[in-house]
Amino acid sequence: MMIFALVLVPALAGVAAVALRHDRARRALLVLTALAHAGLTGAAWVVLPGPILGGWLALDAPARLFLSVTSMLFLAAAVYAVGYLAREPHGAEKDFEDGSLFTNAPEAVFTACLLWFLAAMTLVTASQHFGLLWVAIEATTLASAPLIYFHRHHRSLEATWKYLLICSVGIALALLGNFFLVVAASTPEAAPVPMVLGELTARARQLHGPWLKAAFVFLLVGYGTKMGLAPLHTWLPDAHSESPSVISALLSGALLNCAFLGILRAHQVCAAAGQAVFGQGLLVGFGLISMAVAAVFILGQADYKRLLAYSSVEHMGILALGIGLGGAATFGAMLHAVNHSLTKAALFLVAGNILAAYKTKSTADVRGVARLLPVSGVLWVAGFFAITGAPPFGPFLSEFTILKAALDQGRGAVAVAYLALLALVFIGMATVVLRMAQGESGRATQREPWLAVFPPAALAATVLVLGVYVPPALGRALQEAAQAVGGF
Amino acid sequence: MNLELVLILVVLTNLKLLGSSRLGSSIRTVGVQGLLLGLLPLVAGHDLTARVWLLAAGGAVIKGVMFPWMLMRALRDAEVRREVEPFVGMLTSILIGIVALGASFWLGHRLPLPRPAGSLLLVPVALSAILLGLFLIVSRRKAVSQVLGFLVMENGIYVFGVGVVQETSLLVELGVLLDVFVAVFVMGIIIFHISREFDHIDTDRLSMLRDWKP
Repeated sequence: MMIFALVLVPALAGVAAVALRHDRARRALLVLTALAHAGLTGAAWVVLPGPILGGWLALDAPARLFLSVTSMLFLAAAVYAVGYLAREPHGAEKDFEDGSLFTNAPEAVFTACLLWFLAAMTLVTASQHFGLLWVAIEATTLASAPLIYFHRHHRSLEATWKYLLICSVGIALALLGNFFLVVAASTPEAAPVPMVLGELTARARQLHGPWLKAAFVFLLVGYGTKMGLAPLHTWLPDAHSESPSVISALLSGALLNCAFLGILRAHQVCAAAGQAVFGQGLLVGFGLISMAVAAVFILGQADYKRLLAYSSVEHMGILALGIGLGGAATFGAMLHAVNHSLTKAALFLVAGNILAAYKTKSTADVRGVARLLPVSGVLWVAGFFAITGAPPFGPFLSEFTILKAALDQGRGAVAVAYLALLALVFIGMATVVLRMAQGESGRATQREPWLAVFPPAALAATVLVLGVYVPPALGRALQEAAQAVGGF
Repeated sequence: MNLELVLILVVLTNLKLLGSSRLGSSIRTVGVQGLLLGLLPLVAGHDLTARVWLLAAGGAVIKGVMFPWMLMRALRDAEVRREVEPFVGMLTSILIGIVALGASFWLGHRLPLPRPAGSLLLVPVALSAILLGLFLIVSRRKAVSQVLGFLVMENGIYVFGVGVVQETSLLVELGVLLDVFVAVFVMGIIIFHISREFDHIDTDRLSMLRDWKP
C-alpha cells in the first residue's frame, strides 16, 4: 500500500500540475508532494512496507537507502525550485552567452515533468523485477529530457538531443542484457526462474554461466551509460551544464544513483551465482577509467557547471570501484553514494545562485563570490572541500573506507592510482573554486533569498554531520545494503 | 507465413535501409519492418493466447503505424532537405551491412542458446539488426536518420525478445513498447525544435557544447 502511494502520489500530482492554472498553486503542490513523499519515505523507516504485486515491488535495504536519498534531495530541490521559478521571467529572455532571445518552457510542463521524474525514480528504487526496473529507468530519461530543455535555446536543445539519444541507446543495450538474463534463467534442466531479484539470487546456481556473464556486461554498459561511467559519459557534462541548476542537482544526486542501483541489482545476481569476480574486474576497470577521464577534464575546466558534472563522473567511478573491490569497500560505496548525492546537490544549487548573480558560467569571469554572496560563498568553498574528500566532511570517511579496503586486500596498484587521481581532482577543483571565491566582484554584497540558500545549507550541514557521526540506524541500513550487494 | 520468411524479410528491409538515399523511403522501410515484427509473435511458435495476439497487435500498431506517422510528421514540420546525407556512402554502407550480417551469424553460432529457439536464424538476425542500428546512428547526419537507427536497433532487440524469450510478462512487454513509443514521441518534438532553432537537423553541426573550444 505504502509503495503504491510512494509512486502514485507524485505521478498524480504531476497530472494535477498540468491542470492547475495558477503558478502559486502549482508551486505549493510541488512542495506539498515533496513533503508527502518524504513523509512516506520516513514512515518506511519506522514500519518496513511488505512486498506487493507478487514481490515485484518491495523496499529492501538498498532500495530504502536510495529512495531516502532521492526523497531528501527532491524536497530540497522543490523548495529551491519555488524561489527559482519565482525569479525566472515569463517573457523572452536574453541569452547571456550569445545574446539571442529565448523563452522558457511553460512552468506547468516543468513542474509536471519534475513530479513524474520523482515517480519514475521511486519506481526504480522499489522495482525488484528486472523488466520493471528497465521500464522505470527508461521512464526517468523521458521524464527528465523536457526538464533539461527548460531554457529553450540552442545549447540546451543540443544537450537534450544528446541526452535522449545516448541514454536511449544505452538503455536499449540494457534491455538486451535483460533478455540475456532471461535466457540464462531458462535452462533445459529446470523450470525457468522468474525475473524477480529474490528468486534469481535464491536459485542463482542454476543460471547458465556464459549467458549470465553476457547479461551482466550489457546491463553494465547500458545502465553505465545512464550512470555516467567513462567512456560512456559523453552526454553528462552537456546535460548537467545546460539544464537549470535545480535539475542538475537532481540529475547528479538522484538519477545517477538510480542507474547505479540497476548495476547493483545485476551484480547481486552475479554474486549469488558465484560469478562476482568476473563482474568486479569490469567494475574496477570502469571505475578507474572514469576517475582518470574526469581528472583530465577537471584540470583547466573553464565552465564551473561542467566542472561539477565531471566531478560526478569521478564519483560514479569511485562507486563502481568500491563495488568492484568488494568486502568493506562495498560499505564505503554505499556511504559514498549518500555523501556524494547530498554534497553534489548542494554544490549545484549553490552554482545556480552564482549563475543567477553573475550571469556567466565561465570560471574566469567569476571573482569574489565570498564577498558578493556571503552565504553561497561559504557553501561553495565548504562544498568543494567536502566533494574532494577533505575531513571532517562525509565523503572523506567513505573515500577513506574504500582506500583502506583496497590496501587491506593487497591491491596496492589500485590504491595508488585511486589516491593519485583524487589528488589530481583536488588540485584541479581547488584552482577553479578558490579563485572564484576570492577577490573582488566590484559590486556591493547582495542579500540572498532564503529559498535559495536554505536548501543547499541544509544538505551541506547533513554532509558535515555524516562526516563526524553516522547515526546507528543509518549505519545499520548501510550495513544491510552492503550485505545485500555482496559485501560486508 | 513462417518464422524464417519473416526473419529474412527483416534482414532485407535492413539492407534496403542502408541503401536508401531519401528520408521518406527510409521511414517507410522501417514501417514495413515494424509490421513484419508485429507478425513475429504469431509465427514464433508461441501458443496463440490473447496475450500473444495483444502483443502482436500492439507491436504492429506502434512499430508499423505510429512510428512512421510520427517521423513523417516531424519531417514535414521540419521542412528540411529530404536526402539522407550519410557520412559513409551507400555502397560502403551496404557492404558494411553484409559484413555485420556475417559477423552476426558467426557470433550466433558461438553463443548457443541453452534451450533451442524456433529458428537458427533468430539470434543472428537480431544481432545484425542491433549492429546495423548502431551503425546507422553513427553514420547518418540527420536527426531523423538517427532515430531510425535507434528504431532498427530496438527492433533487433525485439526480435531477440519475442523469438528467444519464452516466458515474459505482458506488463513488462507493454511497458517496453510504451517507453519506446514515448521516446520516439519526445525525439520527434525535439527534432521539430531543432529544425526551428537551427533551420537544419544535421546533428554533426550540433557541436557547441565541448570542453576545449578551438
